[in-house]
Amino acid sequence: MVQDIISIRDLEKADIENALLTAADMERFAEKGTTMAQGKILSTLFFEPSTRTMMSFQSAMNRLGGKVIGFSDIKSISVQKGETLSDTVRMMEQYSDIIVIRHPLEGSARLAAEVADVPVINAGDGANQHPTQTLLDLYTIKKEFDTIDGLTIALMGDLKYGRTVHSLAYALSLYDVELVFVSPRELRMPHEVTEHLKEKKTPYREVVNLEDIPKVDLVYATRIQKERFADPNEYERTKDAYRIDKSSIRLLGDARIMHPLPRVSEIAPEIDKTPNALYFEQAGNGIPVRMALLSMLMGVNR
Amino acid sequence: MSKKKLKVSAIRNGTVIDHIRPGKAFSVVKILHLDETDETVTITSRVASKVSGTKDIVKIEDRELLTEEVSSIALISPEATVNIIKEYEVIDKRNVRLPDTIENILPCSNPVCITNHEPVVTVFRVERSRPIVLRCHYCERTMQEKDVVKVLG
Repeated sequence: MVQDIISIRDLEKADIENALLTAADMERFAEKGTTMAQGKILSTLFFEPSTRTMMSFQSAMNRLGGKVIGFSDIKSISVQKGETLSDTVRMMEQYSDIIVIRHPLEGSARLAAEVADVPVINAGDGANQHPTQTLLDLYTIKKEFDTIDGLTIALMGDLKYGRTVHSLAYALSLYDVELVFVSPRELRMPHEVTEHLKEKKTPYREVVNLEDIPKVDLVYATRIQKERFADPNEYERTKDAYRIDKSSIRLLGDARIMHPLPRVSEIAPEIDKTPNALYFEQAGNGIPVRMALLSMLMGVNR
Repeated sequence: MSKKKLKVSAIRNGTVIDHIRPGKAFSVVKILHLDETDETVTITSRVASKVSGTKDIVKIEDRELLTEEVSSIALISPEATVNIIKEYEVIDKRNVRLPDTIENILPCSNPVCITNHEPVVTVFRVERSRPIVLRCHYCERTMQEKDVVKVLG
């Protein structure tokens, strides 16, 4: 069993499966709550704001019966006075049984885990890793399809810079899946990820247009960010080309649609009420998954 | 005494790092922290080599460098050889080989890596040795040979 959740790269398939099973087990407590973490304190160290991730962890810890302390604004803490991350972590571990950290610098969560004796969960270290997002994505897929093996999954949008899709592709390579990458040429999946897939013998193909997506079980859409484009017109064109609306659903059939949220214009609101939409449920799955991880790392899950 | 001998004089005891790529001797000194040692260090740069044009040589007197100490110079000079000298005789000759991990030798080339902002000892895993691919233990980004040369010179 792992001590910390820092990177999806650290996890073996057995670790992931164990976490997903525990998350399924947590569903029965996700509404009514439990007392298994009574007396335990989680500290959330958010060196950059990410309200929904932080609230998801807070909600999960509360459902487990524990308490939460922390900050989401570095203006209020000694970092402003020049305190190192290591020192902040050493302080906060005196106050809590487990730490969740989000920090703009890459590798910060790994460093925090090395400094702290209590378990550490990475809630995002810059563009590097956000493993609980990946785990809740996998959990959502498994819950919807009862399996991950055998599925054909399209990842769409900004595949070049998207941390979420890199980690997800990496995690999916542990399963027997077929992947389809849908992106403009300039935002293709990086070489490093495709090399990894080749090594793991995970079949993938790359298409440029939404219309060229073959029959898939699932489309995982991500945001295309304006700042990636030098030309604003190019951004507008690209954004519209990858928008999922009623007409694209005709092409996609009954494929489920996932999105890490927040969305901008990638998915039309008219999709929300269709059986295709899985993204709100996906966000909700953050609770049982984070309950599972918190309880496993604290050693309080039964 | 011939001119050649003057340039590359023998040492009595110690370590001779030979066949260093031309101009890289100074980086070798930096990597091995030889600028901080008390022993006599001789740096010879761009001398004629029988094998390949020119080469650099670094000699450290009265000190035997351990294999793991010198292995990281493979980062910039994989063809280098390490000769241990006793009483003017080469008693051991080794090639350098990259270790599995490289600690405290080079900074991460990723400007937003935590190691460039906090006092942290850098750790890299060697994913491939030819061509070199290193992965930062912290930010998980890779460094290629060109990145290594950029930071080590």
